Amino acid sequence: MPLVNGGKIADDSFVKLAVDTPLPESGDVLVPAERFIAEADALLKRAGKVGVIWPNNRDIDELVPYLGKVATVALVFPTFRDGRAYSQARLLRERYNYRGDLRATGQILRDQFVFMLRAGFDSFEVKKQADAEAFMQTAKRYSVFYQPTGDGRITALHRRMQLRHSEGVGT
Amino acid sequence: MYAYDEIDRTLVNERVSEFRDQVKRRLSGELTEDEFKILRLQNGVYLQLHAYMFRVAIPYGTLASNQLRALAHVARKYDRGYGHFTTRQNIQFNWIKLAELPDALEDLAKVGIHAMQTSGNNMRNVTSDQWAGVAPGEIEDPRIWSELIRQHTTLHPEFSFLPRKFKIAITASDHDRAAIKIHDIGLKLIKNEKGETGFEVLVGGGLGRTPFIGKTIKHFVHGRDILSYIEAILRVYNQYGRRDNIYKARIKILVHELGIEKFSREVEEEWQHIRNSSLQIDDEVIEDIRSRFSYPAYEKLPHMPDELRQAAADADFEAWRKNSVAPHKVQGYSIVTISLKPIGAPPGDATADQMDALADLADKYSFGEIRVGHEQNLALPHVAKRDLPALWKALDKLGLATPNVNLITDIIACPGLDYCSLANARSIPIAQELTRRFANHELANLIGRLHINISGCINACGHHHVGHIGILGVEKNGEEVYQITIGGRADEGAALGNLIGPGVKFDEVADVIEDVVEAYLALRERPDELFIDTVKRLGVEPFKERVYATR
Repeated sequence: MPLVNGGKIADDSFVKLAVDTPLPESGDVLVPAERFIAEADALLKRAGKVGVIWPNNRDIDELVPYLGKVATVALVFPTFRDGRAYSQARLLRERYNYRGDLRATGQILRDQFVFMLRAGFDSFEVKKQADAEAFMQTAKRYSVFYQPTGDGRITALHRRMQLRHSEGVGT
Repeated sequence: MYAYDEIDRTLVNERVSEFRDQVKRRLSGELTEDEFKILRLQNGVYLQLHAYMFRVAIPYGTLASNQLRALAHVARKYDRGYGHFTTRQNIQFNWIKLAELPDALEDLAKVGIHAMQTSGNNMRNVTSDQWAGVAPGEIEDPRIWSELIRQHTTLHPEFSFLPRKFKIAITASDHDRAAIKIHDIGLKLIKNEKGETGFEVLVGGGLGRTPFIGKTIKHFVHGRDILSYIEAILRVYNQYGRRDNIYKARIKILVHELGIEKFSREVEEEWQHIRNSSLQIDDEVIEDIRSRFSYPAYEKLPHMPDELRQAAADADFEAWRKNSVAPHKVQGYSIVTISLKPIGAPPGDATADQMDALADLADKYSFGEIRVGHEQNLALPHVAKRDLPALWKALDKLGLATPNVNLITDIIACPGLDYCSLANARSIPIAQELTRRFANHELANLIGRLHINISGCINACGHHHVGHIGILGVEKNGEEVYQITIGGRADEGAALGNLIGPGVKFDEVADVIEDVVEAYLALRERPDELFIDTVKRLGVEPFKERVYATR
């Protein structure tokens, strides 16, 4: 499954650990939420980066105390129909000001890229090679956005206000 | 009319090109049918019994004449020469070819029409009162707010993959023509004691297999906060709505399972976090949207023009005028409802030729504007009273002057087993037979206001629960069986109907309905006691006795 990071296909330095896989001495690891919470101190002490895979039915509040310490948070789309992780992503970015890497994992197709970028994701475990290769092109598919999110893109309402003022309404 | 600006146009065009790519990937096999299904649904494309069905949005039921012509063009070029208006201010084309869909969308995009989110588990087309902006006594034009919400809900990055579909309806009149109490969110525009505009917000209404009437979650949300409040409701729903069972996934079930108090506390808590964010709308934004709605330059006209006085001698004209013409907020003008329920025809269908001709009539008599209502009828919202006789003649020629608006033959029905892959039973033939039984206008008039709603399966697209008489087709031992309820209503007094007895076979439905109506005529206190009021006064029992005594 290709990883897209920074807009292009990249190597994934993280190794995914199961709940019971022995912890490697070094290297970057991605750990399921349950194990992460149970072994947080030990995990964070070792060399190598630690990321957490957070399921979409687990309250994100529980992760908040660790946000400054993890290298990545991977949110899960068990199928692309299941959109719970979009809310989790926006909460992490916009309410808890998480600035680290936010990864989308699960059934990720190119048709979700724009939504995911807008919700604050910046890396993507893409299911199909062709979709991963089409990332940049697909990400630019839209130039108009109606809703404000934390991604900083200017909204249609805001753009209209700018136009109104620059046109000097009433003059 | 709302006029798209360059920003709106760009977005619609970008959506068309995205969909073109999705269709191309499906046709090449790059997308599986399972993957494509979700993507096509996001853009109003269903796979039905015989072909793909294409559902196009008519936001808040407002159409310009050139848009209606574009719909006629799609019906003619890509379909079989007709379209079907639905109960949610959409139009459906039943015989579209997948490979041609992107072209049809592109043709519609040229006049600012799209099919975004007309199906799928997302925020659906925002609906409103078809008399918005012209109804006497309205608080203010609800379409300004409908448009604001339409924009906000379009391609929403957080709420495009909800547990289930999500429908919002808005009204600004005491008499609710938008059926807000059977929507996931119902908004009633009101003013507070300071004269500020806001909304009473209802949540958790809906029909389907577990029907609920919406409950008030907040008595007043200020207009500037409406987007953040809706966003808070959606965020709670997106995270906690059930995804394990499609039949329990609507917000009404979440509201029911948590209870409205707990649900509203969750929403309130979420709302406090986001209400003072960039979701807050200032007056200037509202003004900007308002400025892109154009209103007709009405003339100063007499209340009773000579043309109308003279035409009153024609009994057929008078029958139509009394039935289909409603008061307008401006003196000298009327709102004309156009029945799409001719005797013996499927409810809500219009041919391409009728649509084109109506567009011409709208240009001539209604400042180029047409409205679509949830009852599957159309309306011309600004007709000068002096033009009524001429308009009537023209409509009559087109087969569009059946004087049965709100009468027993003004039936709401889903497409049923004739088209729909979900249906268990036929709806349209039942509707057709009933219109023949009650074809006599004198009889229909004597009966008075009576809404019959027919659904061909438990999903309730024909809103049978809220019909004064509701007919639900189910399948039992390989046969179509119809359950009949009475006492439902979809307006401000929304209520669910009650069963009057065991289900009946296809061939018996019209007889039973005739018996129900006869019972009503015998039981009503006065000629002006409506069916729904007699049922309310007496309950189901006396009807049951009379209908089932001989069965």
